[in-house]
Amino acid sequence: MSARPQAQYETSYEPSVAPRFAPGDRVRVRKAFPPGHIRTPFYIRGHVGEIERYCGQFPNPEELAYQRDGLPAQPLYRVRFRQADIWPGYRGAAADVLEVEIYQHWLEPAAS
Amino acid sequence: MKEEKGAYRPLSYFQLMEVTLRELLVEKGYLTEAQVAAEVENMRSRTPERGALVVARAWTDPAFKQKLLENGSRACESLGLDVAPMRLVVVENTPEVHNVIVCTLCSCYPRPLLGIPPDWYKSRAYRSRMVREPRAVLAEFGLHIDEGRAIRVHDSSADMRYMVLPMRPEGTEGWDEARLAALVKRDDMIGVSVPRAPRD
Repeated sequence: MSARPQAQYETSYEPSVAPRFAPGDRVRVRKAFPPGHIRTPFYIRGHVGEIERYCGQFPNPEELAYQRDGLPAQPLYRVRFRQADIWPGYRGAAADVLEVEIYQHWLEPAAS
Repeated sequence: MKEEKGAYRPLSYFQLMEVTLRELLVEKGYLTEAQVAAEVENMRSRTPERGALVVARAWTDPAFKQKLLENGSRACESLGLDVAPMRLVVVENTPEVHNVIVCTLCSCYPRPLLGIPPDWYKSRAYRSRMVREPRAVLAEFGLHIDEGRAIRVHDSSADMRYMVLPMRPEGTEGWDEARLAALVKRDDMIGVSVPRAPRD
């Protein structure tokens, strides 16, 4: 694993979970369907992408939605996916991509 | 039937909920009517011209542009624009890449810079189709992106907000910032259109 990644935005929530991924790492979005307020879009669950940037640590929206404090703060990443990997029969250029913000607890390492 | 101006119409479900909640908050002393009115006024006063100023500055000042791409919020603050608490990510259009913004989960939008989002931005059709067939949707906006140019769709699914930095149109060499800013429209900064210099 690479050195601790530089967050794009300084955030100062304590306690917070340490980031495990760095830009360029291949990650898979968990294919899970828990109930509640989830900021991981359905269409991206189960897909493999690449960390584009580390955004910083933010209170977990799944907890905030129920008036809890959302701590420890969770690392948030922008993950880049190839459109052709997500949509069967995607019509467009091979270089077309989609970027989605995903919290670390929704990501697991994927083989490159 | 001819619609009568000022005719009585019952409140919709959501209008009724809004009035009820607002009146309760005021009654319980959490907010005052004046605070609500001031916030509405504040939201209305923010228009896409703010974003256009940022774009025009980025076109004319390379150091500012670099700052803007590194940390959008801080760069806007350096222009005296109050954008807190928004965390702004600015994505740059280039000859190789065209960027476009959507929020599939709700309608996240860089309001401090672009004001109130257009209704279509919040529609289910835009939100669901922009991620899976961006080229078709852009074509419906009248924007055809060459196959040789990649499209990068940004789904603002969490804590960041996005704005597109369009390419400076040809034929604007020597223009000052105010003239350039007048070229930049809301949709250019969402990524469903691009600014063009008027032909004369």
